[in-house]
Amino acid sequence: MKHDVFEKNSITMLVGILVVVAIGGLVEIAPLYWLKSTIEKVKGMRPYTPLELAGRDIYIREGCYNCHSQMIRSLKDEVERYGHYSLAAESMYDHPFQWGSKRTGPDLARVGGKYSDSWHVEHLKNPRAVVPESIMPGYPFLSAKLDFSKIEHHLSTNKILGVPYTDEMVKNAVADLKTQTDPDADGLDAFEKRYPKSLVRKFDQRSKEITELDALIAYLQMLGTLVDFTKYDAAGPNLR
Amino acid sequence: MQNILALIGVALSAAIGGFLAINADDKVMAFHATLLLASAILAGIFVLRSKTPASKELQGEYFDGPVKVATIATVFWGIAGFAAGALLAWQLTFPAFNFDIAWLNFGRLRPLHTSAVIFAFGGNALLATSLYVVQRTSRARLAGTWSPWFLVWGYQLFIVMAATGYLLGVTQGKEYAEPEWYVDIWLTVVWVVYLLVFLATLWKRREPHIYVANWFFLAFIVTVAMLHIVNNLALPVSWTGTRSYIIYSGVQDAMTQWWYGHNAVGFFLTAGFLGIMYYFIPKRVERPIYSYRLSIVHFWSLIFLYIWAGPHHLHYTALPDWAQTLGATFSIMLWMPSWGGMINGLMTLSGAWDRLRTDPVVRLLVVSVAFYGMSTFEGPLMSIKAVNSLSHYTDWTVGHVHSGALGWVGMVSFGAIYCLVPWLWNRKGMYSLKLIEWHFWVATLGILLYITSMWVGGIVQGLMWRAYDGLGFLQYSFAETVDALHIPFLIRAVGGLLFLSGGFIMAYNVWKTVRGDALLDEAEQPASAAAPSLQNSAQSLAYPAE
Repeated sequence: MKHDVFEKNSITMLVGILVVVAIGGLVEIAPLYWLKSTIEKVKGMRPYTPLELAGRDIYIREGCYNCHSQMIRSLKDEVERYGHYSLAAESMYDHPFQWGSKRTGPDLARVGGKYSDSWHVEHLKNPRAVVPESIMPGYPFLSAKLDFSKIEHHLSTNKILGVPYTDEMVKNAVADLKTQTDPDADGLDAFEKRYPKSLVRKFDQRSKEITELDALIAYLQMLGTLVDFTKYDAAGPNLR
Repeated sequence: MQNILALIGVALSAAIGGFLAINADDKVMAFHATLLLASAILAGIFVLRSKTPASKELQGEYFDGPVKVATIATVFWGIAGFAAGALLAWQLTFPAFNFDIAWLNFGRLRPLHTSAVIFAFGGNALLATSLYVVQRTSRARLAGTWSPWFLVWGYQLFIVMAATGYLLGVTQGKEYAEPEWYVDIWLTVVWVVYLLVFLATLWKRREPHIYVANWFFLAFIVTVAMLHIVNNLALPVSWTGTRSYIIYSGVQDAMTQWWYGHNAVGFFLTAGFLGIMYYFIPKRVERPIYSYRLSIVHFWSLIFLYIWAGPHHLHYTALPDWAQTLGATFSIMLWMPSWGGMINGLMTLSGAWDRLRTDPVVRLLVVSVAFYGMSTFEGPLMSIKAVNSLSHYTDWTVGHVHSGALGWVGMVSFGAIYCLVPWLWNRKGMYSLKLIEWHFWVATLGILLYITSMWVGGIVQGLMWRAYDGLGFLQYSFAETVDALHIPFLIRAVGGLLFLSGGFIMAYNVWKTVRGDALLDEAEQPASAAAPSLQNSAQSLAYPAE
């Protein structure tokens, strides 16, 4: 039996296995890096503001992705329920991606702007206060003070990985984070120039200090709002 | 010599642990570094205080200490993982069970559950069985003096760091790959030792052929190493802190993640457990593998095809269509090698089908293969794009996973544990066959409640999401679809409790057997239940060679 070459030599077997299991991944993953059609060219995408990035970290820390997707499929009912189907470009700065795999709760890819800040505050504290049928856990502990002592490093790490943060953005990370919760701040114009379409306000609406709620709600309120779909052409150069 | 090498490893771990404990950026890093330091100190004491017998004395003996540790760990982590799962099921039924406490909420507990059952329960079952099987089928003692001990205890440290990290909010945010960068590095070290111990034992073998179970174990070890390293490449925010960012982003990260995620199923939960099937079923029923040729064909085709299946988790998403179609195509093809394995396992009972009636351990093993066949049919079905458009994001997927996880992985592990414990502790059989019988029925009933309620719940949910009323509007709000799941969730939670109680029955039975209590039903025990040294020689013709 010819299979002897594998059965009688563990190294041949090992090499055989490695060759066989390497092929599928190479064919499916590698082209995604050089086929230009993989990620559409869109206008409006920018890196997360420092506050949004901190909010995204809380989203990951609490495991929100276990129950909420951020990926609207190109199916009629989903587009009607949640909005325009998600584009690859919309998550191109997401390390890691948060598309999710389960909708115990609704999709959040375009939740930005759908509810008021105060709705989010109430909902995160006690979901059943605003949605009686909800089975989401309550997150009263998010009213804690936000730790942003390392936010500069978070931005610079993302920068190394290819997210287009400028040196200026990294340098001003702490200041920008504070500015986003304070419409009267001095650096507002410079901040809004660095991060177009960003929302500036005290998101949790109550405490003096910057809380985890501020960061998380800032993140939720911008989700899916960057690309202007009135100007996006799904045909033509973006056809895949 | 071995002692010096071991002590160098201990000193290195202690130094890294000590340094990080003092310089940590955050409390979790300080905690985990202290844990590493403490483990290193304990390991050092263990090495120094143990008398290492001269290697010559050990040539004839198998090295079963680490196998015993992994066997007990399987039972322990099994209960922990099932209990976490049961709590999650009740949280989904009655959200008050989240208690609004950070470390007990669903989002942090769910990774704990998945890691506990896949990596802690499943991983220890694989460690125990692979290290046992490779010795017997090679007729060689496990390679290494301290490395097998490092392997099993290092693996437990990985589990503890990963699990406590999740509860304290440390996660990478990638499903089934949640442990942060430093825990990933630790696992990589442990895993390389695993590969080396396994290979070096094969090199010592006194059988010309490598037995089929070992092909599967080897494929599992090597491929999991590849998947783990590639999928977890990350850049830490600080080398003394817990947080890191994955180097991939968006669509490429999604593809890499599901290449990893689906093959965690394919290689961790399938290839490895097929290795278990290929040893424990023939051993327990004392029959040879049904078809040698089929095992070759289905081995190579299974490992080749599985790797491609990942994109079926990303149908209709922003992943390019060509990749989705490729994933679906290979997933459907995967049906064939999967059933090749099922047929080879089931048909091994040819001429011994009566054992299904008389031996509850055989029943566990055979029913596990039946569940394997069922879920590997359901999987290709769900990977068809039209079916997936309904099933994806719903609890149908959760039900599918659990028919594989509880039915296949769980049952085959239980069967293997019930074989292993008397063999390892030199007993004539498990303490009570009756209790195994109870475990079988309680677990089976639990699984049936689980998967049927999730079929109903998942399909109802999928249909409600896409239902339109007469005027062409979406008929249901999302909240209404959540409400509709309450009863299916309740039934599932009851099923989970049944499965968990089966785990407790097993733990009691294992404890009594290890302790050496007199068997309750010795007369009914099959000959193959006893430790090999207690079986009479007429029966040791059993396959595979020992």
